[in-house]
Amino acid sequence: MTAKKTKLEVKNLNFYYGSFHALKGVNLEIEAKKVTAFIGPSGCGKSTLLRTFNRMFELYPGMRSEGEILLDGNNILGRDVDVNQLRAKVGMVFQKPTPFPMSIYDNITFGVKLYEKLSKADMDDRVEWALRKAALWEEVKDKLRQSGNSLSGGQQQRLCIARAVAAKPEVLLLDEPTSALDPISTAHIEELIHELKQDYTIAIVTHNMQQAARVSDYTAYMYLGEMVEFGATDDIFTAPKKKATEDYITGKFG
Amino acid sequence: MNTSIYRRRRFTNAFNMTASMLTMAFGLFWLAWILYTLLAYGLSGISADVFTQITPPPGSAGGLANAIYGSLLMTLFGTLIGTPVGILAGIYLAEYGERGWLAPATRFINDILLSAPSIVIGLFIYEVYVISVGHFSGWAGSLALSLIVIPVVIRTTENMLRLVPNSLREAAAALGAPRWKVIMYVTLRSAKAGVITGMLLAVARISGETAPLLFTALNNQFMTLDMNQPMANLPVVIFQFAMSPYEDWHTLAWAGALLITFSVLSLNIIARWLGSQKTPSH
Ligand SMILES: Nc1ncnc2c1ncn2[C@@H]1O[C@H](COP(=O)(O)OP(=O)(O)O)[C@@H](O)[C@H]1O
Ligand SMILES: [Mg+2]
Repeated sequence: MTAKKTKLEVKNLNFYYGSFHALKGVNLEIEAKKVTAFIGPSGCGKSTLLRTFNRMFELYPGMRSEGEILLDGNNILGRDVDVNQLRAKVGMVFQKPTPFPMSIYDNITFGVKLYEKLSKADMDDRVEWALRKAALWEEVKDKLRQSGNSLSGGQQQRLCIARAVAAKPEVLLLDEPTSALDPISTAHIEELIHELKQDYTIAIVTHNMQQAARVSDYTAYMYLGEMVEFGATDDIFTAPKKKATEDYITGKFG
Repeated sequence: MNTSIYRRRRFTNAFNMTASMLTMAFGLFWLAWILYTLLAYGLSGISADVFTQITPPPGSAGGLANAIYGSLLMTLFGTLIGTPVGILAGIYLAEYGERGWLAPATRFINDILLSAPSIVIGLFIYEVYVISVGHFSGWAGSLALSLIVIPVVIRTTENMLRLVPNSLREAAAALGAPRWKVIMYVTLRSAKAGVITGMLLAVARISGETAPLLFTALNNQFMTLDMNQPMANLPVVIFQFAMSPYEDWHTLAWAGALLITFSVLSLNIIARWLGSQKTPSH
């Protein structure tokens, strides 16, 4: 095994929704090609934190961040950063499936076309590759021209993962990707996460503790906008250092 | 359960039901009567001549061809001019309008424009265009019609875009798509059916307008496709013929009214049908 490589480093991050202080001095290092899970009661700031990694919050007025987030050592919160380039590198999958109103094929190529010029054959290959990665290829290979909306919820979510993967980002942010899905689709997606971490750095928010334990290498427990405890998943779940973490994990609280 | 309360509720229910049925019947009665009259008087006037012959002088045979083509042309250009402006402004209001004062101001003015009497719009084009070029024309008519199209399209485009969930915008932005691509390929596309519906409703609205054409395109007893000439059109011809004392002009006026009513009716039906096609949203 090679030495640990930090992909994302969060330094003293504060975040405000208007005057509401949603993230309070968060510090964190996310290791490359590992899965880091974020757990904590709802409203504690997990999504907020994830959405600073691709500056999603900038779509809305009145939101503000302070501090630094280093991606491979470069501060992505800096003024001169091209947000679209950043988002091409840091992909995201949301809680609810969000297929675009176009064919399955076009859903996948949408992100690819933004930053790459591929021939038709290469594009076809990329689509197949991404759909295979998302374990969806066998189910849709004969209906690539059908609308993405015609798929089931679980398939739509895998389509969204394929779409994010197809653009070959370096980091993949997953915000409760299975919370709207049935157990079988959830299992599919968890397998997928295992598979994807060979190539990608993954940050996943989940309210399901078993899921965090199953899929992640590192776990961060957050509460009221603060990073309470962060460490290897095995340690967090078997020997948490803080009482608050233990209470949450054992279900005494939350 | 207390039976007296239950009976009371049943009575109230029956009473309200009957009352609303009666009101509906009252409304429908007039509509049916109008349609019946139109069909009764108009159908006899419809013949091939209506579509091939131009408007006749009193006492001789003819049709409405010049008025039909004039109306089609001016509706077409009115829509072509008004729709892009309306869609772009609607996009601005829905997608960029959350900051600043310009959007609320535009929305307010648009609401006024939406309810402005169309005769005012006709007078406005007369003042700023007809007078300065010195003659009535098809272009002037199209411009007046486009001013009626614009607010309708702005309103529906904005409303339809607002129905598109933000999660879809975020998903597209999350792939690194610049704002205009998000709008063009994702947001606008999701709202497509609704936007087209709005456009059709605008076309339906202008195809029966008389007042804005009276001062702009005026009329023309000859056939012309030259947009720089005064141009015949169904509403003004109907107006003129219906007010005249001549029997055969009356017949043509009824035929024209029937044509307009049924094109508006079919446009509305298509628009409704399109609007009911569920816009995919998740
Ligand atoms: N758009 C917003 N405007 C204002 N407050 C918000 C907004 N989004 C989230 N919040 C608040 O920020 C806090 C953290 O929210 P969030 O990050 O969504 O929590 P989690 O994902 O952990 O459930 C909550 O108290 C929430 O009410
Ligand atoms: Mg959340």
